[in-house]
Amino acid sequence: MVSKIEKKHVVSIKDFTKEEINNILDLAEDMKDIAKGKAINNSLNGKILGTLFFEPSTRTRLSFESAMKRLGGTCIGFARPGTSSVKKGETLADTIQVISSYVDIIVLRHPQEGAARLAAKFSKKPILNAGDGAGQHPTQTLLDLFTIREEKGDIKNKKIGIAGDLKYGRTVHSLTHALSMYGCDLTFIAPPSLQIPDEIIKEIDNMGIKFQKEENIKKVLPELDVLYMTRIQRERFPSEEEYLEVADSYKVKKDMLEGADENLVIMHPLPRVDEISADVDDTKYAKYFEQAANGVPIRMALLKLLAEGYYE
Amino acid sequence: MNKKKKKIKITPIENGTVIDHIKHGHAMKVLRIIGVMDTKMDSIVSIAINVNSSSGKKDIVKVENMELESEELDKISLISPRATVNIIRDFEVFKKHQVKLPKKVKGIVKCINNTCITNQNEPIEPEFDVIGEDPVTLKCIYCEREMMEEEISENVI
Repeated sequence: MVSKIEKKHVVSIKDFTKEEINNILDLAEDMKDIAKGKAINNSLNGKILGTLFFEPSTRTRLSFESAMKRLGGTCIGFARPGTSSVKKGETLADTIQVISSYVDIIVLRHPQEGAARLAAKFSKKPILNAGDGAGQHPTQTLLDLFTIREEKGDIKNKKIGIAGDLKYGRTVHSLTHALSMYGCDLTFIAPPSLQIPDEIIKEIDNMGIKFQKEENIKKVLPELDVLYMTRIQRERFPSEEEYLEVADSYKVKKDMLEGADENLVIMHPLPRVDEISADVDDTKYAKYFEQAANGVPIRMALLKLLAEGYYE
Repeated sequence: MNKKKKKIKITPIENGTVIDHIKHGHAMKVLRIIGVMDTKMDSIVSIAINVNSSSGKKDIVKVENMELESEELDKISLISPRATVNIIRDFEVFKKHQVKLPKKVKGIVKCINNTCITNQNEPIEPEFDVIGEDPVTLKCIYCEREMMEEEISENVI
């Protein structure tokens, strides 16, 4: 029996307790067969999801639409602001007030940080944050947690290495916060210029979390249960040469995996550029495509909880 | 001679509010925070900047014939945590209040993050949780960006 979440909106992972997160993951587990089309569920029949994508994000939008339709609901919306009244200068607050009278739940993707929090303030219906600029992306964090739990049996106390751009990647910060709630042992693998910010270190230190900073992926690989890779962006470096040098040393290749733990799990939020070479895809360690697929059951669980837990 | 000059500079007021120990150079921002600049009030407002005190330079603001609410004045603590508010009646200090940091701040400071939704043309006021006292630290409730002392003082609306 899954209890409801005591939230009307899903804006930031920090708004949720560990128990609420566990409830979402449990419900997502129940949704897996429906997400794959192996079972039929029409519990959201008659409900309408508004997908408001003020910047393009094909996979997030499609996984939300798939989630809603797998539960018998329908979707309306737009995939870029060019087709909306925003182009005419309407405020987000007005757009949300109007659209929330047309639909039962709103999924919002917006280039400005804090947009989902603002939308929650003006909406008559639940807001699901599908990414606000460099801000929060809670459904990504939830599907990451779901994948770790599925692959490792449990999230608690696992040794997780997070590699790549840890300074600017806000989704990495949300994931770090969530993993700290489960007492994970964290290794931050990045060049010094892209290491995890001090305020995040302070936060996890206060939570009593064991952590270490590293520069070399291969060196720490044998100790890890999970390696979570992220993209290093070209624009963070003053020159192409510096970028290439760093990018190459933060690339996972098949031959690096010889010393890895037998049960290592490699994850990546995708899309990747070249931080995981294609020859890793066929190894037993690669779980990033399963991780992407888990976006559907997680979003189904959230849609169901919000649709059924909210009364106007 | 010096003593006489000093006396002229810091003239006492008969009735009103004296905000003392304002961080050096922040008097104008204090006026903006307490809303003196926007009101049509008749009170005489005088400002003293670069006043010598035992702990270095400070600014002073005096508002005549008006007793300002201390809760409202607590907002001054964001840029000047050691300021004191003195209510003056008949040339005497009737009440003295040390400003205290509020738990929330709304509509006084602008978020430093240019891509924060509060910096767009939306019908909301910037709003922050006060998450640290020393140094004063604010966290935007929208984009979650944190701001510290200098940044706060530079972004007073």
